[in-house]
Amino acid sequence: MYPAEFRYTKEHEWIKIDGSVGTIGITDYAQQELGDVVFAELPKVGAQLKAGQSFGTIESVKAVSEIYTPVSGEVAEINSALVDAPEKINKDPHGSAWLVKIKLSDAKEAANLMDAAAYESYVATQAKEH
Amino acid sequence: MTTPAIAPLRKTALNAAHRSLGAKMVNFGGWDMPLEYSGILSEHEAVRTRAGLFDVSHMGEIEIRGPGALDLVQWVTCNNAAQLKVGQAHYSGLMTDHGTFVDDLLVHKFSDTHYLLCVNASNQDRDFDHVVSQNQADAEAENAGARYSQLAIQGPLAKSILQSLTKVPLDPIRYYHFTFGQVNGVDCLIARTGYTGEDGFEIYFDPQHSEKLWNNLLEAGKPAGMIPCGLGARNTLRLEAAMCLYGHEIDETTTPLEAGLGWICKLEKGRFLGCDAIAAQKQAGLKRKLVGFEMLDKRIGRDGYHVQVAGHEGRVTSGGPAPCLKKNIGMAYVPTESSAVGTEIEVSIRGQLAPARIVALPFYKRSH
Repeated sequence: MYPAEFRYTKEHEWIKIDGSVGTIGITDYAQQELGDVVFAELPKVGAQLKAGQSFGTIESVKAVSEIYTPVSGEVAEINSALVDAPEKINKDPHGSAWLVKIKLSDAKEAANLMDAAAYESYVATQAKEH
Repeated sequence: MTTPAIAPLRKTALNAAHRSLGAKMVNFGGWDMPLEYSGILSEHEAVRTRAGLFDVSHMGEIEIRGPGALDLVQWVTCNNAAQLKVGQAHYSGLMTDHGTFVDDLLVHKFSDTHYLLCVNASNQDRDFDHVVSQNQADAEAENAGARYSQLAIQGPLAKSILQSLTKVPLDPIRYYHFTFGQVNGVDCLIARTGYTGEDGFEIYFDPQHSEKLWNNLLEAGKPAGMIPCGLGARNTLRLEAAMCLYGHEIDETTTPLEAGLGWICKLEKGRFLGCDAIAAQKQAGLKRKLVGFEMLDKRIGRDGYHVQVAGHEGRVTSGGPAPCLKKNIGMAYVPTESSAVGTEIEVSIRGQLAPARIVALPFYKRSH
């Protein structure tokens, strides 16, 4: 379910690191919790972000959810296909519905994030609280 | 509408059925209710094009009986219950003496000495206390919510689906009328009412039959594409139809006139709670009015967001996507002088102003 090459946050974002670039999205658990996604607001290319900072919002029919970057850096690319087709976030949250690519300013930051096994057990405890 | 998690959540008789269907559950006014099953958008679409089945057993029922029944109903509500015929229902407001809403409700006339009020789930105990406190007509009032389950079958195919489980001819039951009869062998009040903007029925019955009726209705509706629907779709459907929701468009600070509900205020019927305040407001004119708006870009103006119009402040009462209209819509209170259709307004969304325009209500009106 949760790709082994990703790292995960408690706020349910994932990041995949290729060299100095991190691709960020929200997890399958997050999209399920949100329900039908109808709108995604993403940052501008070139925006400087600090780890833990909110960089946009995803809205479902019912709820507004802020998205937080797991790492610091500069926004290198945004997934503009989501502007007209935000529902992709429900269909392929770990793949084609990535949100942004960030040029990492400190590659070591990702070391603090959860791996897939840790995230899966974290999600299991979250689900129990419901 | 969420209440603090002090008291345990109340459950309808169908709680286990919802969970076994995989519903996402939510605390709605102290009740553990299904928010969605397959998803709000697909449930919304099912009701607009086929049919949907809702468990609305959380709704409260108050029964008023006795020779003083009509007098009590007339005193606490603003619509004219004296005009109801046996087997007829109407939308009304339970009023404070300031002419504001304790609740909104449906009044059903069973007989000259027996009325059933269907009220909002989270208000039912407060409503009952209010009715009892105003009972100078010596009527008998019963807080009867626990004696009823209620299912709503809504959508263009609702009638044919329900008809397959009952011998009661449904076609002659006109909108906002009801009858008594068996559905699937269970004694029911069968009312042609709803909260979706579609044709449909609401049936009231003894909770012990809930699972049987729920399952058999779902089964009967399956070939026609009926699916179970939760409170999420109930909200998007009623918003498109511009129906008021207590705690949003109406509450103890709003009057029927401000909410565009002058048609349920029958000042000529005689004295009732709040009638003087409403008459005075009618005379003086309204300072603010409820309007509908649509967003002019992709952003969504939601419940509670601030609105700016011609230098004045307003407030969004309900806002969100309108799945069938492919627009983002909402309702808001704005100053009367800036309430005309076509007026440009701005909705404050996370610190930015997003453009919107006042449009005529309702947003959606069924064509079939």
